[in-house]
Amino acid sequence: MTMPSGSLAPRRSIRPGGRIVWIRRIGFFLGLVALWEALALLRLWPTYLFPTPGQVLESLARGFRDGTFLIGIRGSLGRLIEGYLISLVVGLTLGLLMARLRWVKDTLGLVVMGMQALPSICWLPLALLWFGLNPSAILFVVVMGSVLSIAQATEDGVRNTPPIYLRAASNLGARGWQLYPRVILPSALPSIITGMKLGWSFAWRSLMAGELLYTLPGLGALLTMGRELNDMSRVVAVMLVIITVGLLTDQLLFGQVERRVRDRWGLAGG
Amino acid sequence: MSLEIQAVEKEFPTRDGPLAALGRIDLTIDDGEFVCLVGPSGCGKTTLLYILAGLEPPTHGQVLADGQPVSAPDPDRVLIFQDGALFPWLTAQGNVEFGLRMKGLSRERREQRAQGLLRTVHLQGFERAWIHQLSGGMRQRVALARALAVDPAVLLLDEPFGALDAMTRERLHQELQEVWLTTHKTMIFVTHNVREAVVLGNRVLVFSPRPGRIVSEHRIHLPRPRHVEDLETAEEAARIALSLRLAGEVTDDHAQR
Repeated sequence: MTMPSGSLAPRRSIRPGGRIVWIRRIGFFLGLVALWEALALLRLWPTYLFPTPGQVLESLARGFRDGTFLIGIRGSLGRLIEGYLISLVVGLTLGLLMARLRWVKDTLGLVVMGMQALPSICWLPLALLWFGLNPSAILFVVVMGSVLSIAQATEDGVRNTPPIYLRAASNLGARGWQLYPRVILPSALPSIITGMKLGWSFAWRSLMAGELLYTLPGLGALLTMGRELNDMSRVVAVMLVIITVGLLTDQLLFGQVERRVRDRWGLAGG
Repeated sequence: MSLEIQAVEKEFPTRDGPLAALGRIDLTIDDGEFVCLVGPSGCGKTTLLYILAGLEPPTHGQVLADGQPVSAPDPDRVLIFQDGALFPWLTAQGNVEFGLRMKGLSRERREQRAQGLLRTVHLQGFERAWIHQLSGGMRQRVALARALAVDPAVLLLDEPFGALDAMTRERLHQELQEVWLTTHKTMIFVTHNVREAVVLGNRVLVFSPRPGRIVSEHRIHLPRPRHVEDLETAEEAARIALSLRLAGEVTDDHAQR
């Protein structure tokens, strides 16, 4: 009643002492790099096993300058997006069916639950036999890595649609199929997005594991190459690239969307 | 729209056999009446409201709406839930437009009608607000506007102001009376607050504890608009509270739930 209209702008989550947290974080990482440098200078291990931060930085710059890192990132991300899109279509459909059809839940649902106990990389031997030595095998592993969590989250979200929303909607004249686009899916969206985020990070992990074991132009291959060349600074540089790509997509892309949806739905922790 | 409740009873299955939630109810509500159902919590008055809305089937008996048996929810009888049950993924205006969208109205007509109704419930300027940004009183106003949007003949209200502070509640009592005086829709209002019932209703029906039955009926002839602090309201409420006390539990506290 007393709320001024000015406060209707989306709330920014300003934590108390936000700046102090950042200073502490940056200080910590600077300290970590300094410790690394100091350890490297002590020459406890040979530099080809324990490179200095400077050498890693150099490898990083060289990798980006000669284009190999960019080619690797493009290759990996392309494969990731392709596999993820397949997972999305299959996972959403599967989740919806499991939530609404009892017999699907009782049969396929059981398989979905059981399969989650299997690390997705374990699908690689099977995939190699089925698809042969080609990119489809890796794609299969990526899909198997992410499809289950998307299906599970979709099922949870749809199943937990508050009955009162369905009642209110049907009282206002919504009938049968209209409930899906207008009530059930919007109500399940926060859960579905959490599942999509989880699925993406599982897909990313599966892809990296697959690429390490089976060489395709990608970040995993660069990592393998670094090891074969006995070039530790390159290995660490590629690891940093993998961390950065993973963090950027996970936190910036999905984290933002998730936060916005949870905020709007008025859910706690938004 | 008139409602005829014929020998309606409701039982819920439990592990120890069926639990009678609502005793036998026979009741006729005329077109344009404002009826308040009062009773202790758990007496089945909310269940009766759900049956009238067609959201729950009665175990026995039937409800006739203008002579037609009620078997499913219909926008002609809209229920306003205790907590509003607004959709958080829609703005205030989007919520009001929901029923109109289901009717297939064009975008301009939906917007026009929704904005008009939000003005009626004194929420102009909040069309684009998300539900979680609104206070409890504002949410119930949106719920009222959303229900009025589909132009129902009957409004069913399930303790809609129960969770609000006394001042907000008083203001909403005035607004609801205004809506009733201008539209003359049939209104059935459930509450456990006797004074609220006296302020709003032309007829107050007192329920016994579970399984709920109607134990007394009171016609309220006080002039409108009525207020909770009016002396006449308080006296009338005291009389009714006595019959409620005879029926079971007491609730004449106005300020808190």
